[in-house]
Amino acid sequence: MNAVLEVKDIGIDFGGVRAVDEVSFEIRPGQIFSIIGPNGAGKTTMFNLISGVYTPSRGAVKLAGEDVTGLPPHRLARLGLSRTFQNLQVYFRMTAVENVMVGRHIHEHVGITAQLFNLPSVRAQNRASRQKAMELLDFVGLADKADEPAGSLPYGALKRLEIARSLALGPKLLLLDEPAAGCNAVETEEIDGLIQEIAKSGVTVALVEHDMRLVMKISDRILVLDYGRKLIEGTATEVRNDPEVIAAYLGAHGQTEAARADH
Amino acid sequence: MAFLKGKYGVLLAIAIIVLILPVAFPSNYYFRIATLVWISALAVIGLNLLMGYAGQVSLGHAGFFGMGAYAVAVGPTHLGIPPVASALLGAASAGLLAFVVGRPILKLRGHYLAVATLGMGILVAMVLNNEAQWTGGPDGMPVSRLVLFGFKVKGPVMWYWITAGFLFVGAWLALNLVDSPLGRALRALHDSETAARVGGIDVARHKLIVFVISAVYAAVAGSLLAFFDGLVTPNTAGFLHSIQLVTMVVLGGMGSILGSLVGAAVLVTLPQALTVFHDYEHLMLGLMMMLFMIFLRRGIVPTLRDRIAGRVQ
Amino acid sequence: MADFLQFAFSGLTVGAIYALVALGFTIIYNASDVVNFAQGEFVMIGGMVTVFAYAAGLPLPVAALLAVIVAVFVGLALEWLAIEPARDAPPVTLIIITIGASIFLRGLAQVVFDKQFHSLPAFSGDEPIRIGGAALLPQSFWVLGSAIVIFLALYAFFNHTLTGKAVLATAANRFAARLVGINTTFVMALSFAVSAAIGAIAGVLVTPITLTSYDVGTLLALKGFASAMLGGMGNPIGAVIGGLLVGLLEAFGAGYINSEYKDAIAFLVILGVLFVMPQGLFGRSHTERV
Repeated sequence: MNAVLEVKDIGIDFGGVRAVDEVSFEIRPGQIFSIIGPNGAGKTTMFNLISGVYTPSRGAVKLAGEDVTGLPPHRLARLGLSRTFQNLQVYFRMTAVENVMVGRHIHEHVGITAQLFNLPSVRAQNRASRQKAMELLDFVGLADKADEPAGSLPYGALKRLEIARSLALGPKLLLLDEPAAGCNAVETEEIDGLIQEIAKSGVTVALVEHDMRLVMKISDRILVLDYGRKLIEGTATEVRNDPEVIAAYLGAHGQTEAARADH
Repeated sequence: MAFLKGKYGVLLAIAIIVLILPVAFPSNYYFRIATLVWISALAVIGLNLLMGYAGQVSLGHAGFFGMGAYAVAVGPTHLGIPPVASALLGAASAGLLAFVVGRPILKLRGHYLAVATLGMGILVAMVLNNEAQWTGGPDGMPVSRLVLFGFKVKGPVMWYWITAGFLFVGAWLALNLVDSPLGRALRALHDSETAARVGGIDVARHKLIVFVISAVYAAVAGSLLAFFDGLVTPNTAGFLHSIQLVTMVVLGGMGSILGSLVGAAVLVTLPQALTVFHDYEHLMLGLMMMLFMIFLRRGIVPTLRDRIAGRVQ
Repeated sequence: MADFLQFAFSGLTVGAIYALVALGFTIIYNASDVVNFAQGEFVMIGGMVTVFAYAAGLPLPVAALLAVIVAVFVGLALEWLAIEPARDAPPVTLIIITIGASIFLRGLAQVVFDKQFHSLPAFSGDEPIRIGGAALLPQSFWVLGSAIVIFLALYAFFNHTLTGKAVLATAANRFAARLVGINTTFVMALSFAVSAAIGAIAGVLVTPITLTSYDVGTLLALKGFASAMLGGMGNPIGAVIGGLLVGLLEAFGAGYINSEYKDAIAFLVILGVLFVMPQGLFGRSHTERV
């Protein structure tokens, strides 16, 4: 089967520094694919490259076999790519349900004039978007907060709100940038469950995450980055036992933690 | 009480204000002032869509306002175009100008966007000032009275109702827009452009759409003012007027349609109330702008709404 | 050729004034992120106070000094009364505040002084100096010379004094500056005072050439702003070059193309530059982090 995402020799420079350098990998349909690495390894930069927020200096990105290198984010969204953000990018002045409704944007087809006059087609569209948004809020466990301003929600809820919004787009590939960062053990557990359910529903998931227990537990494949370069790619076991990874990243503490995740 | 919130609450509030005010009006002078308020409010609602909802500043909106105003002066006088058609043409050309300059201008952010829109507005005002054979130059030119179906539209009372009608429709359209897919996209890109982009929103296109819409609002308001005053001057397109419009938006409350009306009302009526201090007019206006911005930063309507909500809870 | 020289020289003279206004913008912008639209009013105050003090019998240098002191006082008052209370307000709000201050000061000048145009005697006579067929006013030399002196003095101040370095540090990172013990409140006040003084000096210098009145500030501020933007917001050298460029383009545009649209040239240039390179000539571009 074709890869959902194919990244080939990709690289980007910031003021002479190679933030990401000649990295290649493939993500297969239905996988949970994790990108890990120490701080500053280029994980989020990689997501920004894939999602079109940054334009790569070198290399190519293919989405479902189609070359999408350099396409702007809004075009990529229409091709089935969606993501969340490490530092929350929530629409704080809108309600929770409106946040998710914005995620339905590419599925909303009504003309400007119709919107100005609030024609029945627009009202029907609004109802449909809201209904879909409510389903997703329910899925992430925020249904009871639907009409509260996003700005008033706690951090953990905002993390889940972003996931709901990114799912609203109906993605083939979902990039999750540290979905469990700043969450406590219980919340991390919930997010873990969410990710697995998302993957089960047929959405391919790419994950950047610091919580090694989470990563080792749910990932099908893991890519390790260090200083913008690919260190290794493989299964959890392969990565965990790779001496280079242990040296560069996991260290003694990480190793024990990863081992604990096995049991 | 729930129905007073949201779209229909705002429309109801505007309708009540418009219907009740004349009861308290002792003379035509008051109808005149109220008419000026409705006209400004219409332009401010359009600007608020751009600034308050989409988060894009324009320091040049009086340029569009002036285009609408001069269209109904120049069209009938020099080109023989009927007044109403001239007004439509004015709105169309303002929209067209916004469409043409909008794409490059709206790529800019913050202070850069401010100076670009400012420059655009000033250029329009300069053209109106300099092309005297068309526009009468710095003295401006008269606007012939509006005749509809052989019926002369004149007098503050009649204009009160006409402009109130425009305001009501303008507010209705704006409120519709805010709660539509386009409105949600605009509010989204205000809060996070990156997230909006990644969410499939063509940010440049959406900014352009709202820029054009707000330009058309300003032009329609300009045409109404020109008909009502029977005179246009380059000041309608000037820098100071642009700033007054922006101040009305911020004073009433960014992202509040009712606020647009309140902001316009305050900034139109206060100088009228202070005309005894004619020599001090600029001094007062400047002082008011500073005081409001320092002490009522979030705008009158949002501040009041929070107060009331706080008391209820 | 004579025309060319004439235009170039008058362009440089006006451009030096724009450069001083742009420099004033830049100093305040760097210290506080505030775009001070009342910058042109400092120029107006410089000119008007000198005119009236001189008419009241003070010697010209004393009148000019008084004008600078008044402008500095106004600058400090502006910072203390209007900017400081709104420090954390969004940029639009701060823009409206400084525009309000500009309108207020203009209104005040109209009441305190009058609505007439005024001039000052040129510092060293009105006898034009002829160079290559162009007639150059001695006052132009005063403008250019003083502008150069001011640039050099500022350069020395920012690079060779502790206070100047504190201002630069604040501009680079206000939070870090506060951490290392720089009094950022003082730095802000200082930046307003210095900007006001520069503006007032520009006003004194240019009044013998272009006249002054209560409302000269707005257009000067807008063109100074355009110059600063052209050079790249926040870059002092960019501000100077931007000012000179705007002045030159205006002079040549008015001379060779159309003098009616002289004032439009600055804004056309700005729109053009912003469309082609949104960060200005010497501005820093930056990538948004998400």
